[in-house]
Amino acid sequence: MTDATATPAGTAPSRRPTRRREVRLLGRLANWLVSLLIGLAGLLLVTFSFTHISSVDPVIRVVGDKASEATYQAARHQLGLDRPLPEQFVLYVGRILHADLGTSWSTGQPVASDLARAFPATFELATVAIVIGAVLGVGLGLIAGLWPGGWRDSVVRVISLLGYSVPIFWLGLLALLLFYARLHWFGGPGRQDVAYEFTTTRETGLLLLDTWLSGDASAFRDALSHIALPALVLGFYATAGISRLTRTAVLEELGKEYVVTARAKGASQARVVLTHIFPNVRATVITVIALSYAVLLEGAVFTETVFAWPGIGRYLTISMFAADVPAILGGTLLIGVCFIILNTLTDLIVGGLDPRLRP
Amino acid sequence: MSVTAAHEARRGGVLLLARRSPTAIIGATILIVILAVAALAPWLAPYDPIFQDVDIRLAPPGVAHWLGTDGFGRDILSRLIYGTRPTLLIISLVALIMAPLGTAIGIVAGYYGGLVERVLMRLTDMVMSFPRLILAFAFVAVLGPGLLNAALALALTSWPPYARQARVETQTMRRSDYLAGAEMLGIRGVRLLFGHVLPMALPSVVVRIALDLAGMVLIAAGLGFLGLGVRPPTAEWGTMVADGTAVIFDQWWVAASPGIAILIMSLSFNLLADGLRDLLDPRHG
Repeated sequence: MTDATATPAGTAPSRRPTRRREVRLLGRLANWLVSLLIGLAGLLLVTFSFTHISSVDPVIRVVGDKASEATYQAARHQLGLDRPLPEQFVLYVGRILHADLGTSWSTGQPVASDLARAFPATFELATVAIVIGAVLGVGLGLIAGLWPGGWRDSVVRVISLLGYSVPIFWLGLLALLLFYARLHWFGGPGRQDVAYEFTTTRETGLLLLDTWLSGDASAFRDALSHIALPALVLGFYATAGISRLTRTAVLEELGKEYVVTARAKGASQARVVLTHIFPNVRATVITVIALSYAVLLEGAVFTETVFAWPGIGRYLTISMFAADVPAILGGTLLIGVCFIILNTLTDLIVGGLDPRLRP
Repeated sequence: MSVTAAHEARRGGVLLLARRSPTAIIGATILIVILAVAALAPWLAPYDPIFQDVDIRLAPPGVAHWLGTDGFGRDILSRLIYGTRPTLLIISLVALIMAPLGTAIGIVAGYYGGLVERVLMRLTDMVMSFPRLILAFAFVAVLGPGLLNAALALALTSWPPYARQARVETQTMRRSDYLAGAEMLGIRGVRLLFGHVLPMALPSVVVRIALDLAGMVLIAAGLGFLGLGVRPPTAEWGTMVADGTAVIFDQWWVAASPGIAILIMSLSFNLLADGLRDLLDPRHG
């Protein structure tokens, strides 16, 4: 059984001279960098313009509405708001590059340090959720793709349709009602019980890791039972997209001649899936997982609000109620940057995995 | 996307469509019911959706109030019925802005090519990589809650897929005999683009709109849930779920029914899109 003839994607580039491959790789890197920079610049332009269309006058937030005209103008000058817009934008970008996101109007803390404290919670939740979503999604997608048209396919289709259609904040509420309040299977809102809140030393900010490292088994179990519900809800949401695209990709490969050839040569179903189909759908699956991860970072706004999870999403909701513009825009920028990096990075990684998808 | 399949579907009419794609028909039927409910709300609703009967706050579902009452003693069924309106309004506004905007950009880019195309597609790629939900959230949070702001925020970040799709279709059409014929007859410029290129790109636009609106229903409800939608006391589904959050453990029905309403509306768009895609594009069966 020679795999090289059966899998067209795997081995082609190795025959080319190495120099040319390096140049191509550099070209792809440069292209990626350009689209990343354009994306980030665009995002900054958007958040910058948001500060200017805001109905709240930042000068009045600083000096109060009883200040004299002279004080007002002085503060305006100090904030740099009397300069021409392009100059203000350059100054704004400069501040962002120095991790200066301004001072929160409600907490009085630098927004950057507020965000640094909240980010690990969001990162932990989204990561656990994407692991759940990826395992379930790829598994279900494979099942549906390998037995198309049957009852398995229908079940997976219903699951993914529901995942696409259900409002996630409502699903979270129902999960809390059923699994926390009625069945007591999982921990309630928040990241951990009050009892453990002051005994855990925070080193990484990732509670699962911190409690694991501290060796306190009951604290670890507590953290696990708190993250389970929000992560399952978010993960279900990711499962919908991942399973559907995996199914489509598998189905497309199944009909190809190399699979038929492999089957004719007596390869088992497991062998066909693992050594023939999987390498060819890998790029698609990784793309959809990475994109789902980005969407989960965004979707955290809802889940965190429902589960009182102290991450960026909740920070954003709280800032919103306080009309705290620097905090809102800081959080938006942080999630936006992660989102854009993931989005553009996907193209790069996929190009490396699957030569057919290179631009 | 096959243009000929689209024409076949159009020629065959509704009956053929029903036989070939029951999913699309189920989705369309639910949507028509929802539209009818929205139009006939004053006649269908048993109570005034903002009337507060404080004596029967948080009443469980029963004979007088089929779905119970909320924390202000308002009839939940009536609020559900009226709640169809803001949701439909937001998503129609979004569709009316994003689809024409994106398609126009894509057609212009695909037809003229060159520098115009490069600039427009870079712009499209840029907006495509934006975090749509969080930007809409920030836009509304900074500008103030409201229906129009929410719709504008969603539309301005959702057009790129339309641009990409329209560009590809225009490019493949550019060298066709069909367009050469039109050009030979002296049809040029805007009239060529929108009289002859646009109609060919429309079927795929329709599928995409249905698919996008399913997501828009969820985002619009999400904005309402976070307090960024229409102002109270107007009945809106997302806001109603938020109202039920505080009493979820004891009076679960306050949050349950609006959530189901959101699910059904989103599901109907998803079914419609699924069915239409099956019809128009056999590759994604």
